[in-house]
Amino acid sequence: MIMTQRGSGAPWLQRSWDSRAACNFIGGGSGAGLLVAATAAKFAGWPYFPAGMLAIALICFGLSMVWLEIGRPFRAVNVFFHPQTSWMSREAILALPLLGFAGAAVIIDQNVVTLPAQISLPATPFALTSAVLALAFLCSQARILRASQGVPAWREPSLQTVIVVTGIVEGLGLLLVLGLFIVMPPAWIIPAAIVALVVRAAAWEHYRHRVTLTAPEPAVAALNRASVVIHLLGHLVAAALLIGSLMLPTSVVPAAVAGLSLFATGAWLKFVVVTRAAFTQGFSIPHVPVRGRVSTALPATYE
Amino acid sequence: MTRYVMVADLRRCIGCQTCTAACKQANATPPGVQWRRVLDMEVGEYPDVRRVFVPTGCQHCADPPCEWVCPTTATRRRADGIVQIVYDLCIGCSACAVACPYEARYKVEKREFAFGDEPTADEELRADDSLIGVATKCTFCADIVDAGVARGLAPGKDPEATPACVNLCISGALAFGDIDDPQSAVSELLRNNKHFRMHEGLGTNPGFYYLWDREPS
Repeated sequence: MIMTQRGSGAPWLQRSWDSRAACNFIGGGSGAGLLVAATAAKFAGWPYFPAGMLAIALICFGLSMVWLEIGRPFRAVNVFFHPQTSWMSREAILALPLLGFAGAAVIIDQNVVTLPAQISLPATPFALTSAVLALAFLCSQARILRASQGVPAWREPSLQTVIVVTGIVEGLGLLLVLGLFIVMPPAWIIPAAIVALVVRAAAWEHYRHRVTLTAPEPAVAALNRASVVIHLLGHLVAAALLIGSLMLPTSVVPAAVAGLSLFATGAWLKFVVVTRAAFTQGFSIPHVPVRGRVSTALPATYE
Repeated sequence: MTRYVMVADLRRCIGCQTCTAACKQANATPPGVQWRRVLDMEVGEYPDVRRVFVPTGCQHCADPPCEWVCPTTATRRRADGIVQIVYDLCIGCSACAVACPYEARYKVEKREFAFGDEPTADEELRADDSLIGVATKCTFCADIVDAGVARGLAPGKDPEATPACVNLCISGALAFGDIDDPQSAVSELLRNNKHFRMHEGLGTNPGFYYLWDREPS
């Protein structure tokens, strides 16, 4: 029997990773999701440039926040040294070609650089490659949390699905928001967003159920509190707005508001998981020491 | 092969924190950093409640999660089982700190002193800027162990080849040595006593054993 304990050694909220680390998951995840969504929309003729630029900015924002958090920022290049087992190394290694291909796709799509007439470079292969790398980047982020054995709410395997799906949902949401300022996104984006938010809701509920079995009570309480906002604004309200926009196809406002809600609740979800549910496991002992059983036990006649 | 481990006899530990003080003295760790600490745990439910003192720190796992996640290879496991940090490689990302189920890792962002804003003479003498902004943890006093072994001494037996916390434990609760040597004190203690390791279910294979009862003879 594992005996729980109080006093020193009880679970506590880790302080090693704070809101800066959360920003990496928020910026990197939503940026990667947006690259995937933008590439899909590009096939429908949607302009890649604005979404690609925003995605690159978000990913760079996330990585720069990590850079601000590390204790020795001028040694940051060492982060590439251990791709054999470290998902943080893999994330960093993926970021370079990801940003490169996305940047190239943006440049070619917008004709920022005039190429010689004999060179014809379509943007689509670059965008497609960056989307694949973005998915790998997103999975790496999920595995970084999974590998954090000291935090039960992070090492829960079902969190990986939540992180990946949330990134996709955020990307779709941002694309819907951009639709307000550019042109209406392709028609399939709204049904895709509805499906994605349903998957996120299911993944989130599954994760919360699993965490209840393993994580300390304060972590579960933090997730439960966040869940109210996530379900209400991120799922119910967003779904209603998206369904409404299906019925009112001439207006982009409901879809854009739904997109904002999808992005904001995704960011909030990750912020809560990283900063508020990050209680350590604490310590427990399966046996208490047996003292004085033979040599120092009181005589039976001594009452 | 050699695998150095530590054994803590929970029946003997009285929670005096001498091991903590010895560690701080030996390693000059700053305020708030306790590579060797003693948990004061309450176990059970009223009215059957027990108080147990549990020494803890880096468990020098055979399969250390801190090593897997380290993006720089700064954390590495030596052939003798001691998990060490190469401070010149570490970038202070704290991935190891959140990966460690034993809360054994520390990072300080700036020099801190025990008494006010000025260092004591000892703090000034032993200040090491290479430990600022990087992860630090118990080393099993690897420098002492290595120096002792180089002189032909036996870790866990000869004080000059044994970690400071073990040397100074006033109740003899801590023992150190090579678990692969059947003649070592730690092997004998583990043979003769019931023992467990912390969070064994996580599969880290820690090198820190807790004795709680004698084996029936």
